[in-house]
Amino acid sequence: MASATTTTTTKGATGRSSRNLVLFYIFLVLFVLVSLFPLLWVFRMSITTKSDLLASPLVTLTAPPTSTSYNTVFGNPDFIKALRNSVIVAGTTTVICLFFGAICAYAIARLRFRFKSSIMTLILAISFFPAVAIIAPLFIQFTAVGIINTYWAMIIPDTVFALPLTIWILVAFFKELPRDLEEAAKVDGATTLQAFRKVIVPLAAPGVFTTAILTFIFAWNEFLFANTFIFDAAHYPVTVVIPNFATVYTIDYGSQAAGAVVVTIPLVILVLIFQRRIVSGLTAGAVKG
Amino acid sequence: MAEVTLEEVTKVFGEDVIAVDKMNLDIPDGEFVVFVGPSGCGKSTALRMIAGLEDISGGKVFIGDQVVNDLPPRQRDIAMVFQNYALYPHMNVRENMGFALKLRKMDKSEISRRVEEAARILSIERFLDRKPKALSGGQRQRVALGRAIVREPKAFLMDEPLSNLDAKLRVQMRTEIAKLHNRIGTTTIYVTHDQTEAMTMADRIVVLKDGRVQQIATPQIMYDQPDNVFVAGFIGSPAMNFIVARLERQNGGHDVVFGKTRLHLTQEELGRAKEKGYDPEAFTGKDVILGIRPEHIEDAGTEAAEAIGGSEGANTMDIEPQVIESMGSEKYVYFEVPKEQAAHLDSLSEMTDDEAPEEGDGAEGGTSDESGDMMVARVAAESTAKEADKMRLVIDSSKVHLFDPETEKAIF
Repeated sequence: MASATTTTTTKGATGRSSRNLVLFYIFLVLFVLVSLFPLLWVFRMSITTKSDLLASPLVTLTAPPTSTSYNTVFGNPDFIKALRNSVIVAGTTTVICLFFGAICAYAIARLRFRFKSSIMTLILAISFFPAVAIIAPLFIQFTAVGIINTYWAMIIPDTVFALPLTIWILVAFFKELPRDLEEAAKVDGATTLQAFRKVIVPLAAPGVFTTAILTFIFAWNEFLFANTFIFDAAHYPVTVVIPNFATVYTIDYGSQAAGAVVVTIPLVILVLIFQRRIVSGLTAGAVKG
Repeated sequence: MAEVTLEEVTKVFGEDVIAVDKMNLDIPDGEFVVFVGPSGCGKSTALRMIAGLEDISGGKVFIGDQVVNDLPPRQRDIAMVFQNYALYPHMNVRENMGFALKLRKMDKSEISRRVEEAARILSIERFLDRKPKALSGGQRQRVALGRAIVREPKAFLMDEPLSNLDAKLRVQMRTEIAKLHNRIGTTTIYVTHDQTEAMTMADRIVVLKDGRVQQIATPQIMYDQPDNVFVAGFIGSPAMNFIVARLERQNGGHDVVFGKTRLHLTQEELGRAKEKGYDPEAFTGKDVILGIRPEHIEDAGTEAAEAIGGSEGANTMDIEPQVIESMGSEKYVYFEVPKEQAAHLDSLSEMTDDEAPEEGDGAEGGTSDESGDMMVARVAAESTAKEADKMRLVIDSSKVHLFDPETEKAIF
């Protein structure tokens, strides 16, 4: 008897909660679809033939898939070179940002000095600066020092604009780490640098990953500086090459879409790999570990 | 292992916040010294100066024969145990304990030998491959101790290592640390705000207040012969009672009188006063501060009262208990002190700035009422005391303390 009653109750509860669950999933699917739509649309475009893309009425959704655009993109040596250039520029920017950002953030988080918050605001203010406003003077200066049309013409401004974010995230991270740990390391025989390297850096890893990925994405997607300071095809990053899949007379939407997909994939993979770390990185400080 | 010596050690924060004021202390090799005092008394700062985590503003710290003022912590060869354990979260227990040895580039087999031996002493062998987050508070503290002992350092510094543990575990770890010290014999400096820890663990106690050393003595001397009102009130639980009394000459001896109570001072007590350079004669007819520990007041109706004069002597007082707490083995009787006898002592109130108390301030009282209004007696469990039911108490007059109301220093 007792078990029968229990079963009924459970059934009733399950009925209600499964209805909620269905609603929940419907909402979830809708939400994901809306968020993903642009990406899916670009993907669909990338596997549609040129003529189908321009057909009227719109047949994009029903057109037979094709890999022509991908063949074009990968068959284009400029695009492959551009991918490599982007990796070099974004990678170098990330490394430089992390190196200087970590040192700077550690100092701000740990040392006692005056005007700390003013300095933090000043650092942030740099990233408020509209890039368009400084592009002309930068062009003149880069030309003067002879780095125009080189990777450095992208890496330097990218670093300048990404560094504030790097520093801000890392400061929040280092502040979270208990000071006792460094003191314990120092008493244990570590130098300040050893304490930083062997205790602080490993502990700040989630923060470092988060920062690294955000910096990398920023540099990877950067277009304005690259398009302005680089006019030698050999140094173009992908962001500049993709819009150039066009001639005076036609625009190759299919190849542009394929290029965009190819360029997005490394980022998606990176984020998926470090997903857990990024989440714990972005929520640090919200909850006491 | 080494002796640790502090010579006029001073710490000033900012311009004029004196955290530690000219501290002098000689710790012989192997001694277990406890720094105790209320929060903000400078005990942790003193420890951190010895560790090298805090700059020394003045004076000298010696470890062994070496002045270590300008040495960074890593060159002082001391190990420290922190209140929140400070275990490295990304390393397992074995790596935590071996970290210092690894930094010294010690041989791997020697590291694991030492780590395993320390783990055995602390019975944490089972946890060697766990990360700190998989350990309980007590186990973490053991690992922290283990990290200190594998170093075989010149001295152990412990900064309130038991404060984060629950009460039962704290008592247990207290004994274990004491046992560990007996076994290893390394000079240990232990900081706590808990006088019970100080009393139970220390070879010698250093009581600090407002950055100044109040007294340095063995636990028993600290309890029997406190140097001043602060030490007397800080050491012992429940705390000593203070009342304003008058010293009178009587039949060639001296009596302390308050209310209807008259305590006859023993030759021994007067002798101790003379040793301290006090002439009881100088206080005759004047107010003094009388200190009586709760355990030296007994219910006149109990057997224990017989030994200290019984219920008919002059050393009795009639009171009306306000609260009675039964602890099973004994009872605490709380009662109110008549207003004119209440001692309001600056050094016992929570105020930290008691620089140069104004004349007679300590004895006169009556102006504030945050301390000294209640007294407590620790009476035998057999006592039939009832709340709001008049009763008689007997005071053991051979165990009382007298303090100079002006300086708050002990007369005996």
